[in-house]
Amino acid sequence: MTTNLDVAFSALSDGTRRAILARLAQGEATVMELAEPFEMTQPAISQHLKVLEEAGLITSRVEGARRPRRLSKAGIDALDQWLAMLRKALEQNYSRLDEVLAEMEPKRTKKTKKKGETR
Amino acid sequence: MSKMSLKTEGETHVVVTRHFAASPEAVYRAHTEPKLVQKWMLGPEGWTMPVCISEVRPGGKIRYEWSNGKGGGFHLTGEYLELEPYRRIVHVERMHLPDPTPDNHIETRFDADGSGTFMTMRMTLPDAQTRAAMLASGMESGMEASYVRLDELIQEPVTAGSR
Repeated sequence: MTTNLDVAFSALSDGTRRAILARLAQGEATVMELAEPFEMTQPAISQHLKVLEEAGLITSRVEGARRPRRLSKAGIDALDQWLAMLRKALEQNYSRLDEVLAEMEPKRTKKTKKKGETR
Repeated sequence: MSKMSLKTEGETHVVVTRHFAASPEAVYRAHTEPKLVQKWMLGPEGWTMPVCISEVRPGGKIRYEWSNGKGGGFHLTGEYLELEPYRRIVHVERMHLPDPTPDNHIETRFDADGSGTFMTMRMTLPDAQTRAAMLASGMESGMEASYVRLDELIQEPVTAGSR
């Protein structure tokens, strides 16, 4: 279990690989389709795909000469987790903004009770 | 409802909404005045914004520089396109990581909502691919925080439940 997690996280430590996952979240794609928007060579993309596949984040299937890749369940979970992190960073920003606003308009914000941030 | 919502819309949009218990004027100012922006637009714990330039007029420049205090950092540049005081801001921005990302076109509205303000921030990216890449790179700093936590997890052998 720990090793899988380890492999998955190290696969995710690269920005291009995360962007590839995010792209695959929109649907299957072949190496060629992935290489184009990333402005990378096909071998470079293939190398990234190999790492993602070994980490269990994507799977491939054979369709004639094509070998489209898609997200696996683990890949979807990983993406969900990132989105949750992005949300969290934004939420932290906005709760700091709440405090800034409370200083700017002490009277108005007094009405709204501070809810204990239960998360 | 003061809970934030973050949603993708269509192929190229990301929409963030949030209620604030303050006037549209205050929320607008907190989004445009450097001294105020520097207090909150910081991301995860430990990050600061040592440089904040915001020329609040159509065509005016935006530049935000973030630092994690350990030599790490990145910056964003942009320009204001339209400003309707206390109601609406339209601007473009791009991250430098260090190469510039494609322009993100953002319309932010501040609507009176009861005694507070309902903010709607609508981002438009050039294409679906760019939006995917942005969502992935926007997680950069969140990833760093999670690595620290992961290190702790890995050192505790078995109880490393994923959450």
